[in-house]
Amino acid sequence: MTPSTQPSISAQRLVRRFGKFTAVNDVSFRVEKGEIFGFLGPNGSGKTTVIKMLTGLLPLSGGHAEVEGFDVSKDAEAVRENIGYMSQNFSLYTDLTVSENLTFYGRIYGLSNDHLRKRMDEIIQINGLGPYIHRLASQLSGGWKQRLALGCAMLHEPKLVFLDEPTAGIDPVARRQLWDLLFELSGQGITFFVTTHYMDEAERCSHVAYIYFGKLIADGTPDSLRELPDVQLAGTLRIEITTPQVTRALRLAREIPGVRNATIYGQSIHALVDDHYDLNGLREELLKRNIVVAEIRPLAPSLEDVFVELTSKHQAQQEASRE
Amino acid sequence: MNNIFRGFSAVFYKESLHIRRDFSTLFFSLIIPILQMFLLGYAIDTNIRQINTVIYNADGRRESRELLDRLKNSDTFHLVRYVNNDQDLNDAIISGKCRVGVKIPVDYSDRLLHQTGAQVLVLIDGSDSSVAGQAINVTTAIGLDESLRRVLANSSASFPVEMRPKILFNPDSRSPNFFLPGLVAVLLLNVTTFLTAFSIVREKERGTLEQLFVTPVRPMGLLLGKLLPYLGIGFFELSMLLVAMRFLFGVPIHGSVILLAFLSLPYLFVSLSLGILISSKATSQANAMQLAFITILPSIFFSGYIFPRETMPKFFYYLSYFVPAAYYINITRGIILRGAGWIHLWSDAVVLFLMGAALLIIAARRFHNKIIMA
Repeated sequence: MTPSTQPSISAQRLVRRFGKFTAVNDVSFRVEKGEIFGFLGPNGSGKTTVIKMLTGLLPLSGGHAEVEGFDVSKDAEAVRENIGYMSQNFSLYTDLTVSENLTFYGRIYGLSNDHLRKRMDEIIQINGLGPYIHRLASQLSGGWKQRLALGCAMLHEPKLVFLDEPTAGIDPVARRQLWDLLFELSGQGITFFVTTHYMDEAERCSHVAYIYFGKLIADGTPDSLRELPDVQLAGTLRIEITTPQVTRALRLAREIPGVRNATIYGQSIHALVDDHYDLNGLREELLKRNIVVAEIRPLAPSLEDVFVELTSKHQAQQEASRE
Repeated sequence: MNNIFRGFSAVFYKESLHIRRDFSTLFFSLIIPILQMFLLGYAIDTNIRQINTVIYNADGRRESRELLDRLKNSDTFHLVRYVNNDQDLNDAIISGKCRVGVKIPVDYSDRLLHQTGAQVLVLIDGSDSSVAGQAINVTTAIGLDESLRRVLANSSASFPVEMRPKILFNPDSRSPNFFLPGLVAVLLLNVTTFLTAFSIVREKERGTLEQLFVTPVRPMGLLLGKLLPYLGIGFFELSMLLVAMRFLFGVPIHGSVILLAFLSLPYLFVSLSLGILISSKATSQANAMQLAFITILPSIFFSGYIFPRETMPKFFYYLSYFVPAAYYINITRGIILRGAGWIHLWSDAVVLFLMGAALLIIAARRFHNKIIMA
């Protein structure tokens, strides 16, 4: 994550119109090499459109974009040589085996046989597909399909990989494993552009941006966004409850009066409680119900809170400007 | 690697694997044309024979029975019913049980004897024009022949004019000889247009096409990689159809089989390109199916496969110039039935090749735009 002079992606004032509808409206951002860039936003807000513009699938109606140093409008083919892309539904050939899928994508990128074999070995090493190499892609579980799709997208050693909702419909364990893999690869200097709905995934990104109906309304590191003055939660306190029995604790915690909201995050529960709530009281309440609590501590606002806050601010501004 | 065919070998490799994996689809698309050939080869006989005929013989004497024997021996009529009044004669035709009714009047023999000119009423069901035409021709010919025989019976004169028709190339007018070479053209569409259209539309449905568009693969590389494996299948199907035609239906091939194989390539190319063009338009496999059927109809009706192109109304005649099967049927019938050679058929092959190239270029352009606009 060392910012170099040339960014991986530089998008300046991107505009994309479909007829009268403006899907992407004056969007600018910059992704440095080696970052995991989380691109967030509700469905239909323009995430996929931006990816299509950056991969040269969709011409720009306005603005300028450079990907790995190539102008997407003028040199789409050079852009495509240097990027990998994994779409929402993994786009594998389910009637081909794992190794056939890899071989196909390797040949598409013009890898020589020797190089292809070497890269396949490396990919298999990294994502652990070894035991499944001769299995049909249709027989893989969701998590393995996703690993294979990622492998196919990375065979040609791209410097930048676009992942469009890579974890939609994948079980949490597989999601976690995928993120571990992304961290490992990003450590090797590969840049990732990830769209997601999952806020816990957004928290893991080194850089996030939030697009809301074609407009970019947040752009920065998760920590810098949390510290935005706009994001304050009046009258409530956000806490983290760490316990070995998360699922049971979650169900019980929701029954305790004063707990407004509770969700599992990894090995802990994030709960929103009234401002003056007694945290020791909560610990005893849970102990009465046979839940051993390791730790309860106050927590900074999550990205979800940040985005909800920013979205409603943005809506309010728009309504105000309309009047 | 700035090559407009980029990605061709990778797509070819993958497509061959798809075909091998999905063996049942391949099997059925190969076997169904063969079955169709069996059905059509055995069932369709354009030679009208044994028309169900009802007889009302009011005369009943020797002369009238002789006339009926001549009708019977013509092989055109099958005398299935004898009635005794006009009402029954009419009913037999109206009910559809008989297509032809012959009424010999009560004074038939008398009039012949007195040479005052006998008349025979022939009622013909006109609802099937080819049956009606055949019935008219044969009854008129029998009447004329019978008259001449009687007029010339007592003299030594012979016919002043005698036509001696000689049918070239299909002397027995066997229907399979006429139909099967044309049928080959229609059946090949099954494995070419349909399979290629499906193979690309399937990628659209799966989302893999979008994935391919993000790779450096070029439209021509993609399309040719898709097209060539199916060209191989089309060629295999062609050989099976020709073997069935030659050895099961006994249609002799008068010309060069090698030339036929060679001239089939441009036709397969057109049909495959058409499939690709369809796939650039279709959004689902069901949609592709509908579009592909639209292309099948002109291949059946405007290609000369069943109805001669020359007798079509002007508009459709000119329209038939745009139907690839019309050129290919000329090639298959030319080689199989007439023993035609390269000098007779090269222009048809060139037209087919140009059509195929045009369709493929249009399809590639559409895909290029799709890639950008998707």
